[in-house]
Amino acid sequence: MESLYLLVPLSALLVLALLGLFGWALNAGQFDDLEREGQRILGADSPLDADQATSPPLSEE
Amino acid sequence: MGRKGLEIAMDNTSVTAPADAVYDDRAVRLFTIAAVVWGVVGMLVGVFIAAELAWPDINFGIPWLSYGRLRPLHTNAVIFAFGGCALMATSYYVVQRTCQVRLFSSALGTLHFWGYQAVIVLAAITLPLGITRGKEYAELEWPIALLLTVVWVIYAINFFGTIGIRKVRHIYVANWFYGAFIIAVALLHVVNAASIPVSLTKSYSVYSGVQDAMVQWWYGHNAVGFFLTAGFLGMMYYFIPKQAERPVYSYRLSIVHFWALIFTYMWAGPHHLHYTALPDWVQSVGMLFSLVLLAPSWGGMINGIMTLSGAWHKLRDDPIMKFLIVSLSFYGMSTFEGPMMAIKTVNSLSHYTDWGIAHVHSGALGWVGLITMGSLYYLVPRMFGRQQMYSVRAIELHFWIATIGIVLYIASMWSAGVMEGVMWRSINNDGTLAYSFAEVVKATFPFYVVRLGGGLLYLTGMLVMAWNVWKTATGSSYRPVRIPLAVASA
Repeated sequence: MESLYLLVPLSALLVLALLGLFGWALNAGQFDDLEREGQRILGADSPLDADQATSPPLSEE
Repeated sequence: MGRKGLEIAMDNTSVTAPADAVYDDRAVRLFTIAAVVWGVVGMLVGVFIAAELAWPDINFGIPWLSYGRLRPLHTNAVIFAFGGCALMATSYYVVQRTCQVRLFSSALGTLHFWGYQAVIVLAAITLPLGITRGKEYAELEWPIALLLTVVWVIYAINFFGTIGIRKVRHIYVANWFYGAFIIAVALLHVVNAASIPVSLTKSYSVYSGVQDAMVQWWYGHNAVGFFLTAGFLGMMYYFIPKQAERPVYSYRLSIVHFWALIFTYMWAGPHHLHYTALPDWVQSVGMLFSLVLLAPSWGGMINGIMTLSGAWHKLRDDPIMKFLIVSLSFYGMSTFEGPMMAIKTVNSLSHYTDWGIAHVHSGALGWVGLITMGSLYYLVPRMFGRQQMYSVRAIELHFWIATIGIVLYIASMWSAGVMEGVMWRSINNDGTLAYSFAEVVKATFPFYVVRLGGGLLYLTGMLVMAWNVWKTATGSSYRPVRIPLAVASA
């Protein structure tokens, strides 16, 4: 099973790289305030012309 | 059309809004439309080859229409063209919104789009001509595989470049899933596509025999894991909270889901090679890792569905929510079924039968298809300056047509698969086989006809969607969206 000599070391390297990445994420404070991070994406998107109530709709142009 | 809207909007607010104050949705828009178009094409080819299995004569003796050539066209079109374009559209949309920054490079985004479309068109030409590497889900010959590699590098630069210039320090969980999808697919593609060309249209794999089979299914199953699972989980973790207007049930669990999934996925592939020349211990490792995968998969499914906890009425009132949540129930079903089928004793009945087809389509039509359609229904109005889709009732109609189609499809293929498995292993008292192979094929006919009906319904739903998208997109133009100025960097 020579192909395992390629695939197994590749997986081992990958796991090490992932561990490194996880370590970075941990130390960089990625997981410090998870409750807030889950909430953050929920703000409404504001179209550029949203605050110009008097301007005609763009679709009519 | 979108550009005109942008210019007008820019004129109105040119004093306060420089170009980098709005998101760059050009590539998102292009990939969104492409996903819908390729969805229709890929599913149409699927319906045709389903009919060929019931009535083999309808290829009319034309080699380009034969099942063997059109089947890879179907799989490539639905997975890489429909699914791929949807992943690219949503990843470019999500990475900008969650990083609160403009896309790394607009030019790379456009180049990525046209490069990827070129790969798809080349696939659609070469596969019916019989030009193939003969590796399942990796059929494209070496020049196209090389082009795909270049396009993928462009995608990676643009996606990770955007994360690199992010204005929010935390990288939202959806981006981790999209990022894992991009990196893993690159790695899988490069290893499995290694070939020696003998002409422009023919090459041979550098691996041979069971080595090649091992590499192929290491690729094949991880493509399921990182293309069809991780990528679409990125979609799930952004569009379900957005559509539900609630944060994901447990953001902490979503982080655990991500790391558990990517640490355990890589070695499930050998379950595709049970009872073959592959060493027994490798088969057992594949079975074990497949069983382990049940835990993170169900954690993620429960996390997604429970996001609606306390707001279950949205599932009744909002057809987009139906798509998103029902897709997760199919994710749960197929990630339970998969590990069960990976158990060697179960596999001895299910392997090589239509049970495999049922399993794949429960994942593909149910999970990947429905989560994509739900996300596109969220995305399309926003890409064309509308409040909502042209017809919300048509979304509801699409949902029910598609769901009934899936149920017909997987129920008929489950029945056919178990029947085939049981008939193949039936032996007479004297030890001879009870049924010839052709007798088993004949017995599948009614199930194949029901499956065709299910596929036709699913395609009809996609056509309803295409009509709805057309009506939403025409006569309206994209409205640029401002990037929030107040940036929290904690």
